[in-house]
Amino acid sequence: MNGFLKEAEKLIKEYKDYVPSHKEVCRILEKEFLTKEDLAKLLNVSSKEDIMLMAKKAQKLTRENFGKVVLLYAPLYIANYCQNGCVYCGFSYSKNYKREKLSFEEIENELEKMKEEGIDSVIILTGEDRINSSFEYIEKACSIATEFMSEVSIEVYPLYEEEYRRLSNIGVVGITIYQETYQKDNYQKLHPFGPKKDFEFRLNAPERALKAGFHEACVGPLLGLSEPRKDVLCAILHAEHLLEKFPKAEISISFPRFRSAGTDFVPSYTVSDREFIKFLVIARLYLPRVGIVLSTRESPLLRDALLDVCITKMSAGSKTTVGGYAKEKDEDAGAQFEVEDRRSVSEVVDVIIKKGLRPEFTNWVKGVKGI
Amino acid sequence: MFEIGGKILKSRLFVGTGKLPDYSLIEKMYYEAGVEVFAVAVRRIGPNTRHTRNVLEYIPKDAVVMVNTSGAQDHREAVKIAMIGRELTNSDWVKVEIEKDTKYLFPDGFETLKACEILVKEGFKVFPYIYPDLNLAKELEQIGVEAVMPLGSPIGTNKGIGCEVLLKPIINEVKIPVIIDAGIGRPSHAAQAMEMGADAVLINTAIATSADPLRMAMAFAKAVEAGRLAFEVGILKEHEYAQASSPLEDFIGG
Ligand code: SF4
Repeated sequence: MNGFLKEAEKLIKEYKDYVPSHKEVCRILEKEFLTKEDLAKLLNVSSKEDIMLMAKKAQKLTRENFGKVVLLYAPLYIANYCQNGCVYCGFSYSKNYKREKLSFEEIENELEKMKEEGIDSVIILTGEDRINSSFEYIEKACSIATEFMSEVSIEVYPLYEEEYRRLSNIGVVGITIYQETYQKDNYQKLHPFGPKKDFEFRLNAPERALKAGFHEACVGPLLGLSEPRKDVLCAILHAEHLLEKFPKAEISISFPRFRSAGTDFVPSYTVSDREFIKFLVIARLYLPRVGIVLSTRESPLLRDALLDVCITKMSAGSKTTVGGYAKEKDEDAGAQFEVEDRRSVSEVVDVIIKKGLRPEFTNWVKGVKGI
Repeated sequence: MFEIGGKILKSRLFVGTGKLPDYSLIEKMYYEAGVEVFAVAVRRIGPNTRHTRNVLEYIPKDAVVMVNTSGAQDHREAVKIAMIGRELTNSDWVKVEIEKDTKYLFPDGFETLKACEILVKEGFKVFPYIYPDLNLAKELEQIGVEAVMPLGSPIGTNKGIGCEVLLKPIINEVKIPVIIDAGIGRPSHAAQAMEMGADAVLINTAIATSADPLRMAMAFAKAVEAGRLAFEVGILKEHEYAQASSPLEDFIGG
């Protein structure tokens, strides 16, 4: 097992019922750098007042380190074939579900449409199926995307180092890969069959990608699948571990909350808005320079509020159906999860500007890195 | 007035643009705060999109663009980014910023030196961002950079001139301009840097993330001017002991 997971395990056990007093919270916030013990303690805070104090410091750290800038991107689902049996997902192998895969021409159309809307940073997504969405297919899709967009990232099945290197060589800069849950026993139950069963291969994917030349990695759990505090702690330590191992890389963290996705799966835990905000804020307090990503799974109200506090990157105008940008599709039918924030890119941009922040669509200009 | 990088400038306040909430502030800073040099991160000079314009479109044509290699992790990347930056901006001023980690963003002196050697040969006006390290500053001077830019304290911390004892020797010993970069959080810090004899300061976070960046830029501009003026006049040393004349003096002095 990776060292950071063991550490997280120990911390959670040790501070399971430890709720720091208001005084202690203040003392922790006075520090420049939090210890792992502080981190574990803060996860148990529940008072509104203390969370507000934490948010205040998080906001200050975000502005100091990232300025008044929010990066915007959009996902592009190119295929929904999947060999896995993730019990919580509507794309899973056993679901009777219309499978689609975009042709290269269709991918171009999608990118063109996204570009028209002002998107310049795209993340390419597929289900996990090495036959129907082969590596070569993904590679070609990425190389098309680099012609349209300043920045291309991937959220596909875990690849081998050599494959990441090939993508890096054509200009792909970032990888997002959610571990879903860091709690291995539960992971095995939730992923009963398919290549995704291999917990370690997935867990180590960001390391392989960074080793192969990627500049950015985003990690996190899908909140609700297991005990959330533990997953959050593991994810934060995972991000820290990547930073220590790849000090030059830009690491981000994201905590998507489970949303129904065409299955009757009921998650074991629900994460309230208050808890969710607390988790993001704590991630910022412990890792002041790590990016925090927020998806359109969250409501416009919550997204707007968090923009002021700790978010550095968010998706906008997302369509989570295959081919959803160019063809006007029913947005719910066939989506991997429900989009809560359905505002257009322009609408999101307006909100960002109204908040005194600057929307930014480019983190790495094409050609500056990579190629 | 002072000369730097082959240009005569009135303002000794340089401003970084990366963290600004709105690029239209750049023009206002130029006209209202008199800022003439704007540092621009090459990695962010994106094309125009439907919602955003390229930062370069906001920089008045008489202002100086200092392209910044931030994001470069070694000298090769820095050189490449500088080349792209020159192409995009038409400016040969380059701030060489090479950092080995994204946690502290400390400059990597070794790689910086290598990048500067190449860039000077390529005809750039080179401004390396460095630790306050006198030996490194001298070596950079030798190879022909325009100025050195030692940090006042770590990037984005607003902690001010945290290493005065290290900065002073650089100001005293190198003949090229010294621009204090990073860590300056308040106008009074900027004034302090100027009183010490720095030739200019570069501010980013403290202006960009303030509640009113334009007025904060004006405050900095004034502080920089005040500090410089005081330096030119010559600041009196603080006295450790009171200087009351004592009857004892008559005996000692004889
Ligand atoms: S979560 Fe991903 S891997 Fe799992 S079934 Fe859904 S699409 Fe496939």
